[in-house]
Amino acid sequence: MSTYTYRHYPYRRPPELDGKTMRRPVVIVGAGLAGPTLALELAQHGVATIVLDEDDTVSVGSRSICQAKHSLEIWDRFGIAQRMVDKGITWEQGEVYLGDKPVYHFNLQPEPGHKFPAFVNLQQYYVEQYLYERCQAEQLIDLRFRNKVVAVAQEPDHVELEVETPDGRYALQADWLVACDGVRSPVRHMLGLPFEGEVFHDQFLIADIRLLDELPKERRFWFYPPFHPTNSVLLHRQADNVLRVDFQLGRDADAEEEKKSENIDRRLRLMFGPQARWQHEWSSVYTFTCRMMPRFVDGRTIFAGDAAHVVSPFGARGGNAAIADVDNLAWKLALVLAGRAPAALLDTYCSERRAAARENILNSTRSTDFITPKFPASRAFRDAALTLAKDFPFARALINSGRLSVPTVQPGSPLDTADRNGDWAGGPGPGQAMLDAPIDGGWLIDHLGRDFSLLIFGESAIDPGSDVTVLRFAADGLLQKRYDARPGTAYLVRPDRYIAARWRTLEPAKVGAALDRARGGCL
Amino acid sequence: MTELRRTLNLARPDDVYNAIVDAHKDLNDAECRDFDARLILLLANHIGDESVIREALQAAAR
Repeated sequence: MSTYTYRHYPYRRPPELDGKTMRRPVVIVGAGLAGPTLALELAQHGVATIVLDEDDTVSVGSRSICQAKHSLEIWDRFGIAQRMVDKGITWEQGEVYLGDKPVYHFNLQPEPGHKFPAFVNLQQYYVEQYLYERCQAEQLIDLRFRNKVVAVAQEPDHVELEVETPDGRYALQADWLVACDGVRSPVRHMLGLPFEGEVFHDQFLIADIRLLDELPKERRFWFYPPFHPTNSVLLHRQADNVLRVDFQLGRDADAEEEKKSENIDRRLRLMFGPQARWQHEWSSVYTFTCRMMPRFVDGRTIFAGDAAHVVSPFGARGGNAAIADVDNLAWKLALVLAGRAPAALLDTYCSERRAAARENILNSTRSTDFITPKFPASRAFRDAALTLAKDFPFARALINSGRLSVPTVQPGSPLDTADRNGDWAGGPGPGQAMLDAPIDGGWLIDHLGRDFSLLIFGESAIDPGSDVTVLRFAADGLLQKRYDARPGTAYLVRPDRYIAARWRTLEPAKVGAALDRARGGCL
Repeated sequence: MTELRRTLNLARPDDVYNAIVDAHKDLNDAECRDFDARLILLLANHIGDESVIREALQAAAR
């Protein structure tokens, strides 16, 4: 008995089946989280897309449930983030237990003054539904359900696709193909591209249930709880009074046995006690891998999200990294398609997002090793940190039940203009994500442009060009503090809201040079 | 950045050495490993200097 009603989205006969063939600038494969987000971003840059999906409904199962602040800020540009906040569960606090005793409490967003919270928990099917509905209202997006890519061939200046539908097969040509088709990426397989990394053998059981009792809002993580004494358990609330319960089962568990509802009920009974009542929503036994493609761009095909890199679920770094990928890609692809940047700009999508994927894999692997120690000494240190945590505050920082997704730092990108030494004591530097702040009863992120933005503190008469959004602020308040600003300070913000350059004194020539560099002029 | 000390830094080296050994006297192997893990984390945090800790890790691996 599911709380969510799966709608089947209509299949429409593609015009190509009736001979209306034309080359498309961008074809996206996969309507998960990344594909529709990319289509919406490209539409805002005026680029038309076709999104192909073999299925005709949203994610089956809640899957990626933690939607991070930076993803919400991106979806807010399409007017759908508030809907997610309203439907989802806002949380910032977490509690870690050893046995039945709390040892560590965390708050992911300790300071106020951001439009969006650190995380909203919302089942992936809702996020995909809101994305689909927004895509269907967009003229520039052609979202095609039950359209399955069955062949891919790379040509020097385009990609040839063969697509299967209920009415037969058709050919499609794209200047650029973006594969957002998930961890098993059929496009990656058809092109024979490698996907390298580490395989983990520990098994986990997800039991999504609707609990008919009072629910905690914060994230709870137990090591060795009395109700599951040999391993760990994660409890996390979602929309519709659904709880995600994630039991670590170990390497030797029998997945088929564990999936049986009477066995899941037995575990839940121990956890919630004899009085509790619940309904099953969805369950899954999983293991995971950490893998990454050596290159995210191959000829005219670009990979994003799980198709390009995959991590363990600890840290909510799967779906959120996928959204950050397409945010990095969209403006670059739009500039290349418009002839305003060299194709080499897309190589920086690969370098910047591979650096992010490495950081995500490192963090996720460390969490995994903490939660599932691989050798006896590793377990001894893990248990040492847990037992010291109650009386020695330093040890609380060592407890790693998932370092939750924040925007990754992209250091050393060729698009960045380095800071002048000694100029800065704070604020986000080149390669770091911008920070939101309240301004005039609204939020900084509401005022940024679709292209580059220039934040200027204090008076300045500079005009960097019509496609740059210039925002002027007094050098005071929370905004000033977050940006370490003085009168004359300026920040150049990329369309994906990373800092490209910043200055203590603004000079038109420097802004022009930094803009040119950030658009790939030096590549 | 400090270097790992190679010369004596203890006023009463015999007392400290024996205090460490004696603390393990009644522990079996598994308990020793757990005890040492706690001790290492406590001392590492007290030292605080990552380069010293990394140098000690290398020195101990010999």
